[in-house]
Amino acid sequence: MENFDILNALILLANFVIVPAISYGSQLAIAALGITIVYAVLRFSNFAHGDLMSFGTMTAILFTWLFQNLGITGGVLPTALIALPFAIIVTALLCLLIDKSVYRFYRKQKSHAVVFMIVSVGVMFILNATVRFIIGPNDRTFFDGEKFLIRALDFKASTGLEEGLTIKSTQLITVIVAIITMLLLFYFLQKTKMGKAMRAYSNNEDLALLSGINPDRVVMITWIIVGALGTIAGVLYGLDKSFKPFTYFQLLLPMFAAAIVGGIGNPIGAVVGGYIIAFSEIMLTYAYKKFFIYLLPEHLEPSGLMQFLSTDYKFAISFIILVIVLIIRPTGVFRGKTI
Amino acid sequence: MNKYFSSSNMTGGYGGVDILNDCGIEVNQGEISVVVGPNGAGKSTAMKAMLGMITLKSGDVILNGKDISGLTPEDRVAQGIAFVPQTMNIFSELTVKENLEMGAFLRNDNINKTIEDIYKLFPILKDKKNQLAGELSGGQRQQVAVGRALMTKPSVLMLDEPTAGVSPIVMDELFDRIIEIKNTGVAIIIVEQNAKQALSIADFGYVLVGGKNKFTGKGSELLNNPEVRKAFLGG
Repeated sequence: MENFDILNALILLANFVIVPAISYGSQLAIAALGITIVYAVLRFSNFAHGDLMSFGTMTAILFTWLFQNLGITGGVLPTALIALPFAIIVTALLCLLIDKSVYRFYRKQKSHAVVFMIVSVGVMFILNATVRFIIGPNDRTFFDGEKFLIRALDFKASTGLEEGLTIKSTQLITVIVAIITMLLLFYFLQKTKMGKAMRAYSNNEDLALLSGINPDRVVMITWIIVGALGTIAGVLYGLDKSFKPFTYFQLLLPMFAAAIVGGIGNPIGAVVGGYIIAFSEIMLTYAYKKFFIYLLPEHLEPSGLMQFLSTDYKFAISFIILVIVLIIRPTGVFRGKTI
Repeated sequence: MNKYFSSSNMTGGYGGVDILNDCGIEVNQGEISVVVGPNGAGKSTAMKAMLGMITLKSGDVILNGKDISGLTPEDRVAQGIAFVPQTMNIFSELTVKENLEMGAFLRNDNINKTIEDIYKLFPILKDKKNQLAGELSGGQRQQVAVGRALMTKPSVLMLDEPTAGVSPIVMDELFDRIIEIKNTGVAIIIVEQNAKQALSIADFGYVLVGGKNKFTGKGSELLNNPEVRKAFLGG
């Protein structure tokens, strides 16, 4: 079995680092896209985005329960995927309602971006309370359908390796839905008249007005997109892990870190930032002991866990990356600010 | 009898201070009117007032016999008035072609013909159509800016210091293009610092001082007027 050590080590890494980081990174990327688009078009940091995701996910759960009661299920796929479009519509409507009742007032006043940010914190608290009021603060699993795509035991049996590889169906769903979402979004922004108008408005607001681009329409489309992105990211995260309102509030830090690392306001940056944060978080908190046992000769085997940071500190990693990026390259990996 | 696009008795400015004091500018289709004057004379302000970007205390703006004083800038653009601001006049993060497309945002018909016309007028833009406008040189940016404004097929084109910050060669080239645009029947108003060159292509000129029309007349007349020469054209 000596020859398979390298293979075993790689499977171990794939199972505990690469596969989870890709799916978590996809979820962060979609979430960071929502933040970055609000920043680019509406010009403020939307602290309510985490709780917007939470609201969207809650709506999807309620629809899932409704469909399950009606006997409609997704078969091998989670029922939540059927509920997703309905949840997107409800969440987008909520975004428009919030904009009409809250943000529009400050836009008319031409308030400073900091005022908008504080207002978004208020919206965050209200959304947070609303979600907990409706569905409660507890952990909920709303996944149904086929749980595994590849099971560790089957993998071991078929390959004869010591290490097993598990791929959950939610991980594959996350990646597929994330890719479709990104392709649709980039197609919209790059190829359609309205998408180009959004970028133009983001780039040079005065000239956009002179060109006859209607700002109210741009704002409306932006909120619909942000509602959709938030719901998709929230549902994917909730399916993969579980739904707990407070977790979504905690996700704000890695989400903002992802958007800023990539270059806030830049959609490609948000995607890249999402994966950078996800890989950093998981790679720096994984215990590499077993990995090195496979690779190193016996007398060099590590005695400790070979873990850089305890998983309790995973949020500290986003924070450290955020600070480093802001010091060394404040505009992020890609030039940020406009879309 | 008013000309095609005209303003009269314009008084007003930003906040409480009046920058314009009873000034008026007119232009006919197929003609160029040039507005010159010292810094702070209200040249750009007069142009912005004609577009509706400034609320006037008094004054009328008439387009083709119709009073448009009450319209917003966007509505005036829809009426066929195009404006090229002095700064921030392109979408720097969009490609050249996308800049042109955004200029035609209000149009629902096929814009490809107009884009081709603009490529004919500014051939360099065709070569650079997929490049970000922000990466172009100063002269090329001005071409993008003018091209974007022309996408609405306007009857009036207003240019706020189009030659600011470009080299003399590019400036001559740009003026040549502006004359070409004029020859298609567009009414053109130019605010310029380079008074001599601008007046030499002008059908009609205005010298603004303190927000008032100090001298008006044909471009050649102003160029030969000893008083104007002494005060504004360096003798």
